[in-house]
Amino acid sequence: MENLLLQALNGLASASSLFLVASGLTVIFGVTRIVNFAHGSLYMLGAYLAFSIVTHLPRGHAGFWGGVLLAALAVGAIGALLELVLLRRIYRAPELFQLLATFGVVLVVQDLALLSWGAQDLLGPRAPGLRGSVELLGLRFPLYELVLIGIGPLVLGLLLLLFKCTRWGTLVRAATQDREMVGALGVNQRWLFTSVFFLGSLLAGLGGALQLPRESVNLHMDLAIITETFVVVVVGGLGSLPGAALAALLIGELHAFGILIFPKITLVLVFLVMAVVLVIRPRGLFGKAQVAQAAVASVAEPVLMRAPKQLKWLGLAALLGAAVAPAYLAGDYALIVLTDMAIAVLFAASLHFIMGPGGMASFGHAAYFGIGAYGAALLAKWFAAPMVPALLAAPLCAGLAGALFGFFCVRLSGVYSAMLTLAFAQIAWSIAFQWVELTGGDNGILGVWPDAWATKLHYYWLTLGLSAAGTLLLRRMAMSPFGYALRAQRDNALRAEAIGIGGFEFRWVAFVLAAAFAGVAGGLFAFAKGSVFPTALDIPRSVDALLMVLLGGVQTLAGPILGALAFTGLHEQLVRATDYWRLVLGGVILLLVLAFPQGLAGAVRQWWESKGRA
Amino acid sequence: MVGIGFGRRSVLGGVAALAAPKVGRAQAEALKIGEINSYTAQPAFLQPYRQAWTLAVEQVNAAGGIHGRPLQTVHRDDAGKPEDAVRHAGELINSEKVVLLAGGFLSNVGLALGDFALQNKRLFVASEPLTDAIVWSKGNRYTFRLRASTYMQCAMLVEEAAKLPAKKWALVAPNYEYGQSAVRWFKELLKAAKPDVEFVAEQFPALGRIDAGATVQALAASSPEAIFNVTFGADLTNFVRQGATRGLFERRAVVSLLTGEPEYLDPLGDEAPEGWIVTGYPWDQINTPAHTLFRDAYRRRFNDYPRLGSVVGYDTVQAIAALLRKANTTETEKLVDAMKGLNFGSVFGDVSFRAQDHQSTMGAFVGKTVLRNGRGTMVDWRYADGAKYLPSDAVVQTLRPAG
Amino acid sequence: MKRYTLEAEGLEKSFGGVRAVQGVSFGLLPGEMLALIGPNGAGKSTCFNLLNGHLKPDQGRVKLLGHDITGLAPRKVWRRGVGRTFQITATFGSMTVRENVQLALMSHRHELARLWTPAWRLRGGQADTLLERVGLADQVARPCSVLAYGDLKRVELAIALANNPRLLLMDEPTAGMAPQERVGLMALVAEIARERGMSVLFTEHDMDVVFGHADRVLVLDRGRLIAEGNAEEVRNNPLVQEVYLGSGFEEAVAAC
Ligand SMILES: Nc1ncnc2c1ncn2[C@@H]1O[C@H](COP(=O)(O)OP(=O)(O)OP(=O)(O)O)[C@@H](O)[C@H]1O
Ligand SMILES: [Mg+2]
Repeated sequence: MENLLLQALNGLASASSLFLVASGLTVIFGVTRIVNFAHGSLYMLGAYLAFSIVTHLPRGHAGFWGGVLLAALAVGAIGALLELVLLRRIYRAPELFQLLATFGVVLVVQDLALLSWGAQDLLGPRAPGLRGSVELLGLRFPLYELVLIGIGPLVLGLLLLLFKCTRWGTLVRAATQDREMVGALGVNQRWLFTSVFFLGSLLAGLGGALQLPRESVNLHMDLAIITETFVVVVVGGLGSLPGAALAALLIGELHAFGILIFPKITLVLVFLVMAVVLVIRPRGLFGKAQVAQAAVASVAEPVLMRAPKQLKWLGLAALLGAAVAPAYLAGDYALIVLTDMAIAVLFAASLHFIMGPGGMASFGHAAYFGIGAYGAALLAKWFAAPMVPALLAAPLCAGLAGALFGFFCVRLSGVYSAMLTLAFAQIAWSIAFQWVELTGGDNGILGVWPDAWATKLHYYWLTLGLSAAGTLLLRRMAMSPFGYALRAQRDNALRAEAIGIGGFEFRWVAFVLAAAFAGVAGGLFAFAKGSVFPTALDIPRSVDALLMVLLGGVQTLAGPILGALAFTGLHEQLVRATDYWRLVLGGVILLLVLAFPQGLAGAVRQWWESKGRA
Repeated sequence: MVGIGFGRRSVLGGVAALAAPKVGRAQAEALKIGEINSYTAQPAFLQPYRQAWTLAVEQVNAAGGIHGRPLQTVHRDDAGKPEDAVRHAGELINSEKVVLLAGGFLSNVGLALGDFALQNKRLFVASEPLTDAIVWSKGNRYTFRLRASTYMQCAMLVEEAAKLPAKKWALVAPNYEYGQSAVRWFKELLKAAKPDVEFVAEQFPALGRIDAGATVQALAASSPEAIFNVTFGADLTNFVRQGATRGLFERRAVVSLLTGEPEYLDPLGDEAPEGWIVTGYPWDQINTPAHTLFRDAYRRRFNDYPRLGSVVGYDTVQAIAALLRKANTTETEKLVDAMKGLNFGSVFGDVSFRAQDHQSTMGAFVGKTVLRNGRGTMVDWRYADGAKYLPSDAVVQTLRPAG
Repeated sequence: MKRYTLEAEGLEKSFGGVRAVQGVSFGLLPGEMLALIGPNGAGKSTCFNLLNGHLKPDQGRVKLLGHDITGLAPRKVWRRGVGRTFQITATFGSMTVRENVQLALMSHRHELARLWTPAWRLRGGQADTLLERVGLADQVARPCSVLAYGDLKRVELAIALANNPRLLLMDEPTAGMAPQERVGLMALVAEIARERGMSVLFTEHDMDVVFGHADRVLVLDRGRLIAEGNAEEVRNNPLVQEVYLGSGFEEAVAAC
């Protein structure tokens, strides 16, 4: 009994920490609609800055708490700066594009932190006077955890007061509720966004700084916290502070008690919770329907054109060039890279199919890539299937999974839907990770090499052929009546419904198709690498796909192709060129984002059109 | 404009770079080693590793290289992704024309590289990955591993654990292959050594995301007499802090894998736990001639003390240098044959790669943690020779596929 | 007994405390042009949404050609021959004018499950014919997102006509048009309705349009029908005059 009570307190302490970070994210999202991947980086910076400041200030209460506050303020200022110099310039870009920019920030911060604070974990000082523990029901409980349990509700209270009782708070609440209103603010909008970023980042920094007496400060803090934070925000309902608080509480407590019953549950618990909540409540616990979100896409997407003749010839030439390239490039490595690129193109194109024409973002597209890869690899391993039938199984498995997961995901909209795809992807990942008997767990499945008849060159041609065929097929489908219906429900759900086009069916079918094509890419990947690991369907892979699509431009069919080539090409080059490739890659992404808010293909298209007009 | 210029140039640059090796190959006199590791994912361990690697290569070359040819290393970062490691392996072999592959920190990266080595018939010297599979269930002709494996280190600790009076054990390990196998071996070996032990609780926090307070509480609730810990890195730090504040470690024996390594002990500073039975590396107290030489050279070169990663990096190069000297060829099959039973002088003493399972006999230090001058270190330690903690040849044969 | 195209029986709809539509009943004859008028917020659009299924009535029934269609999804109502235009124009911004209409035509012909045939091969000519009819022949290749508001209303009309509807619901079809244009457009609608024997229910604030083209007029106020009849009867109804007092109604009426 005592143990259970203490476990509940443990849950509260975790919940409190989680809430601090999540509150910042939800405030930022509520007002700006930016999916801010960099929030975890701000949290990490909070911890590192607090470490540096506190260890330099004199010991004692003033030194510690002053240091924590200073760190939080500094992170707030960094956040405001990010908004001023980076995000402000790309508010008009297509939805989710800002995510690309924030991801660039994540990469840059990772290397900057490594350069500034070194690789070794840092152990911050404990809070003065709170080193010890108190006796509760005969058991010891750390004093600092008690303080933390108090800080969460205190911050929640202060924030609610701020939003209720100040003019600024009223503006924030109104903006969270009604997008149109933000537009009507004019000049004040800029000020509002910057200040919201300041506050949100400050909260992230505070969350990080307050971990100092609890946890080591290390370079993995950013990614360790970011997904969980998003889960809390989405489960609570985007933009809802009380929602975030409740969700943090729910997740904190479920964790604390979950490990008593099923210790390995920590791997997926948050995602299970999110999946259940979103299936039952499509807008999270406290989320409200957007007033102006209505059924109409905010920014009109450009018309999809039939490819001009020149583009068709160019595409054909590129394909032929890619096919004969190995003859002119030295060695097998060229084949490996070209194979990787071909796989990436198909993977990105499949995601684009639901993101572009379908209008649904997916944060978990790797699930289908990975399920394809595992499907092929398992067949090869357990049934000694030859390569071709194993490759055929890939889209089948992925398509089936897409049908199952998609059935739930496509009912939701916007970030909720994207996060549900993430939840399913993580559930699939955890199965691959944990079901050691079947999948080999994180040690993966080895020895999935192509049949003897397929040399590396043959395999490359096979990959190139399937990738090109898949990409062209996706393109053809986007141009088919089905594709038009798909875009119709994205453009204007009300109108679509009024001419016999139900959003659900079309989105669902599109989701299954996208999953199946991702599965093909995954199957090809398995045989190209010779092994499959849970990394085939983990979050970084989903993020990669997202980055490729956004980088290339979500509004053009050529976007994912260009994006995939640019991203894999850049990555491949930079990793070999410098140890600080994350810094450079992040920097390049930021430059590209600022220069081409429509994505690379969007920029080419604009240039082409302006040339046509001139 | 700047952006697309960069993008295009980099793609073209990529193509050019793919073609480049043709030109560079002719003058290559050096013996090239391809080294792949998770540098950006695990910098805390791998920075010291890389430094010592560099030092060792410099020393080999200063001493005239291998039969007159200098060693050269091409490093690649796999960022913790096996598939990237495999891609780099392809590049290193095909473009860089390396003689052999080495490296690996994460088990799955090591296994992927091992499988690549088998498929492409290239030698792979795995330096760090601890998984037993790499030499046993997934072992193959082309893969050798330097470091004492999970099994070996567990066996070393079980020897100590069996001496303790404790019967009720609780276990905590990160939830992935390494943690799971460590727990499995520990239970199996301890049960064999001491049939009356009981395991009263197991916790498997997600790697890098331990909910330390709840985990500690859950362990305490089972009132164990002793604890076996496998967490490391940030998880360990958080576990120790919460455990200490809550008195989890009081009047309880703790047996802990790897915790004596400076990589994991040093970040704990003056909060390092005392009296834990650990495997590790008391770098400041080992005064064998080989180690002293290594330590001094390392300090001179980097103005820092060596970590265990440094030893692993340094000894991997020593092993490779010894191999290349012995074989005096760059032909893989001959290298593999020479690798079987290869003897070389590691900083821990003489070590050989066993012919039967390709595992080196490099050992580890077993001792107790203690606080000295505000930092953790080891006392009562001894060097546990790896050779003594490996199963018999008959057992190994059943564990390993033929070949 | 009359054969109504559409019958509404005792429709009720509340939003929270707001009773937007209360006990609305009426019938619509084949080929008839029926106007639904009333001040802002009277519940006209809500009525439309109840009729074509965008909203479910709290109470009451909707019958189309004698069949109960209450609570049917809008896309199913459409399949039964109900076209609709929206008060705030609803078109597909990422498509050209022609593609918008093509899509409606393809949907009508159940061609949307086709994944292989390029859409531009299908129904382009039919779309152009329809667009010519509504006066957009020179705009067919332009994206809908760049069209003037009045032209968008015409696109909507063309879309709504694509399934050869038996009933056309038009929510303020001429809003945002110049007065000349309004009359022209409604004349066109009336002509098409006559040709096809199509019934039209429309709302409109412009009384010229209403009294010029409606065969019959329904007046809605605060969710209730307060008057019904031909132009003359409605114009002289004291209740209607009261509702519209000071809103320019008298002038509008006087002008007719
Ligand atoms: N979705 C809704 N939620 C809440 N209230 C609504 C909703 N739709 C309409 N209302 C309310 O119902 C009432 C009737 O609105 P409706 O749009 O049907 O009026 P209308 O006659 O079409 O007005 P207008 O001439 O301005 O178009 C109004 O008070 C309106 O505020
Ligand atoms: Mg209306």
